[in-house]
Amino acid sequence: MTILRVENLSVAFGAKRVVQGVSFHVDAGETVAIVGESGSGKSVTALSCLRLLPATGGNREGRIELAGQDVLRATPNALRELRGGVAGMVFQEPMTSLNPLHSIGRQVAEAITLHRPLSGVALDAEVKAALIRAGLGTMTDRLRAYPHQLSGGQRQRVMIAAALANNPKLLIADEPTTALDVTIQAQILELLAQLKRELSMALLLITHDLTIVKRHADRVVVMKDGAVVEQGRVADVFAAPQHPYTRMLLATEPRGRPAPIAPDAPLVMEARDVRVSFPIRRGFLRRVVAHVHAVRGVSLALRAGETLGVVGESGSGKTTLGLALLRMETSEGTIALEGRAIQGLSRNAMRPLRARMQVVFQDPYGSLSPRMTAGDIIGEGLAVHEPGMTSTARAARVAAALEEVGLPADTTNRYPHEFSGGQRQRIAIARALVLKPRFLVLDEPTSALDVSVQAQVVELLRGLQAKHGLAYLFVSHDLRVVRAMAHRIMVMKDGQVVEEGEAEALTAYPQQPYTRALMQAAFLNE
Amino acid sequence: MTLSPITIRRLANFRANRRGWWSMWIFAALFVLTLFAELIANDRPLVARVDGNWFFPVVADYAESDILPDGLPTDADWQDPELERAIAERGFAIWPPIRYRYDSVVRNLGRPSPAPPSARNWLGTDDQARDVAARVIYGFRISVLFGFTLTIIASCIGIAAGAIQGYYGGTIDLLFQRFIEIWSGMPQLYMLIILASIIAPGFWTLLLFMLLFSWMALTGVVRAEFLRGRNLDYVRAARALGVSDRAIMFRHILPNAMVATLTFLPFTLSGSVTVLASLDFLGFGLPPGSPSLGELLNQGKNNLRAPWLAFTGFVVLGTMLTLLIFIGEAVRDAFDPRKLPGGAR
Repeated sequence: MTILRVENLSVAFGAKRVVQGVSFHVDAGETVAIVGESGSGKSVTALSCLRLLPATGGNREGRIELAGQDVLRATPNALRELRGGVAGMVFQEPMTSLNPLHSIGRQVAEAITLHRPLSGVALDAEVKAALIRAGLGTMTDRLRAYPHQLSGGQRQRVMIAAALANNPKLLIADEPTTALDVTIQAQILELLAQLKRELSMALLLITHDLTIVKRHADRVVVMKDGAVVEQGRVADVFAAPQHPYTRMLLATEPRGRPAPIAPDAPLVMEARDVRVSFPIRRGFLRRVVAHVHAVRGVSLALRAGETLGVVGESGSGKTTLGLALLRMETSEGTIALEGRAIQGLSRNAMRPLRARMQVVFQDPYGSLSPRMTAGDIIGEGLAVHEPGMTSTARAARVAAALEEVGLPADTTNRYPHEFSGGQRQRIAIARALVLKPRFLVLDEPTSALDVSVQAQVVELLRGLQAKHGLAYLFVSHDLRVVRAMAHRIMVMKDGQVVEEGEAEALTAYPQQPYTRALMQAAFLNE
Repeated sequence: MTLSPITIRRLANFRANRRGWWSMWIFAALFVLTLFAELIANDRPLVARVDGNWFFPVVADYAESDILPDGLPTDADWQDPELERAIAERGFAIWPPIRYRYDSVVRNLGRPSPAPPSARNWLGTDDQARDVAARVIYGFRISVLFGFTLTIIASCIGIAAGAIQGYYGGTIDLLFQRFIEIWSGMPQLYMLIILASIIAPGFWTLLLFMLLFSWMALTGVVRAEFLRGRNLDYVRAARALGVSDRAIMFRHILPNAMVATLTFLPFTLSGSVTVLASLDFLGFGLPPGSPSLGELLNQGKNNLRAPWLAFTGFVVLGTMLTLLIFIGEAVRDAFDPRKLPGGAR
C-alpha cells in the first residue's frame, strides 16, 4: 500500500524554481531515502509533503497524496489531522527544534493532545510510553526537564518521541543525525530502524550521507538541482548507478593517502603539556569559583610536510587546542614555532610570527567578510605583514594565491556570496597561504561542504602540503576525511588524548574502546 | 566606484518603499530650500541698482550714504519708505518673495499684532509683529541643522563607546555599563534649567549640553553588535592574520554595527528636533528672538485668539517629523535582510 505519493511536484520561490517535476512514492513499512547535495531541493520536497513551506513559497504544482488525501488542496483542518497524525516529522537541528521554554514532558504531551483528547493520568502514561519507545526510559521521571538540560542525542530522541506519539504511518526525517556526533548518529539511526519495524511505519529519510542510505534505506531517490536524476532499490543503485551524477557521488568519497614526509624535515610546531581552562564566575563580584578544563595537558610535535589529525566529538577540546597553538586562546605549557618559544610573547611580538602560522575555519560562509571582495580578503594579511608592498605587487601576489587554490584570477573583484561553498573555502585557504605560512590549523575545513567538494578540497590541501612542505593540524570529527589527510591521528576526549598513533595503524587496530567505537560508527560500511 | 551587492540590494529596498522614497526627496528639497533662507525671506533686496551702481544687500552691508548721495552715513534700512521711493525713482530693486527676516518687525500693520494672514504676511504675524512665514523658514533650518549636528556627533561618540565596550568586553564593559546607567539617571531637564539660570543658552551651548546625554542612545545596540561580531569567524581569521584591533573594529565589525546605527538615525534625528522644540516651548531653549518652532507653538498657546500661530507651528513640526519617520521606516526596510526588493510584504 502506498502511504505517500508525490507526482510531478514543482515548487518555486518567486521566479526561482527549486523543485521541478519530482515524482516518487513511499510504500507502507519501507524506508525511502532522498539524497542530494545542498541546494538540490531535497528539504523543500520533504517540507512540501506536509505543506510546511512558508506562504511565500506558494507556487506549488503537481500532486501530493498522503494516505489517500490530497495535501496541496487540503483544508487547514484536514492538514492539521495529517501533520503529526498521519505523518510525523523530525528536523535536523535538535538545538532549535524544541522550544527552550517548555519542559520536554509538555512538548510531547502537546503532540498527543493535538490529536487525541487525553488528559491527566492517561496523558501522562501516554507521554511516558512515547519516551520509552524513543529509548528515553530513564527520562520518564524527569518530564519537567528542559531541553537545555539534555544532550543533543537526547533532544533528538525527544523529537522522535513527539513525532511518533500518535503512531503515524509515515515519519519524515530531515537530516536527523547531521548535527550529532558520530557515535550518537549510529544510535539514533538504529533507533529509527527499530521503531520502523515495531510500528510498521514508513520512513522518508532526507540525507546527504551515502553511508546512511546504504545502511538504512530500501529505496533511494537521488536529487540534483531540484530534479530527480535517478531512483531505485538501494542495492541496484549502489551496484550499478545509471546517472553520471550518482556515479560521481558514489565515487567522491575522500580517498588516497598523504605524501610521505621527508626524513630530514625540520620540526615546525612543538607543544608540551598545553592546558586551557575557562574560569566559571559566579556571584555579585563575579569571583572565579571553578574552571572548565577544555584542554588538559596535550603534547605534540609536527614536522614540515606532516599532518596531525585531531579527532574527537564535540566538546572534546580539539578546536580549543588548535586556537591555543595559534596563541588565540590563553593557555599554559610551552609552545614553540620553528624552535622559537611563543608562549608569553606580547601582541606586538606575535604579529610578525602570525604570518608563519595560519588558520582555516569550518564555515566558509562565516569566515569571509560579506562586505569585502575576494581580493581584499586575501590581500588584508599582506597589508599587515608587508606594508611597504606596492598595490600592483600585492595584486600579483593575490592573483598567484587564487591560482594556487584553483580559482581564476579574474575573481578578485567578486564578493563572497557570488561563490559556492567550496570556492569560498578555497578563498579562505588562499587568505592563509598568501602569507607563506609554515604551520596551518585546519579547523574542520571540509565539514560544511558537500561530499563531492570535500574530496576536491582534500586533494587541494594535500597538493599544497607536498608543494610547500606545510605542517597541518587537521581538526575534524569526520574520520574518513582525516584518514585521507593525516600521517598521524590523535584521538581526544574531554580535553585529553585518548590514543595517538600512525594513521594506518590507528584506523586498522584501535587500542582504546573509545577509539574503537568511533571507528565503528564511521567505517561500518566497509 | 563599485557598490557591494549588499548596498545595491539595500538601495533597491529603500526605493521600493515609495512613501519613504518620496518623503526623502520632499525633505531634502525643503532642507535645501531653507538652507538658502536668506534668499527667500529677507528684509533687504536681493539686488538693487541705483544710479547705475549695483548693490547686493544680501551679502554685504551698505551705509545709506553709499546708495544715495544725500543719505546718512548709517546702515541702510531697506524697509524705509523714503529709501524705497528713492530707489524706485533712480533705479530698481529685486526683492525676495518674502520681504521680512525672522526678526524684522512688520511696520504699518494697521491693527494690533498678532495679525491674521494677509497678502503681505502669508501666515500672519506673531504677537511681536514678526512675519510667521519668515520665522517658520528660518526655524525649520535651525531645527534640522541642530538635529543633524546633534545626531551625527552623538552617533560618533555612541558608536565609539559601544565599540570599545563590546570589543574588549570584560571589566571595561562592566565599568562602562555601570557608568552609563548612572549617567542616564541624571535629570536632564532640571540640569538644563539650572544651566539656563547661570548662562544664556545659545545654539552651541545647547548642543554641547544635549550631547552630554544623547550619545548613550546608540551604545547599547553597537555594543551588542560588537559583542556578537568579535567572535565571528572572519574576525577571528583577521586576528590570526595579525590585523590590529583598530582595523578589525573599523573594517570588519563596524559595517555590521552600522546597520543598527543607520536604522536608528532618522528616529534619533526626529528625536533631537523634538527635544529642541520642547525646550524652546518651555523657554529654556535658544536665546529670545531666535526663529524657533517651539517658541511659535508657545505663542500659539498664549494667543488662542490667533489660531494661525498654533496651526502653522503644528503643521510645520508635524510635517517635518512625519517625513523623518517615513524615511526612517524606509531605511529600516532597506536594512531588513529578509526583505527582497519588489517582494511580497
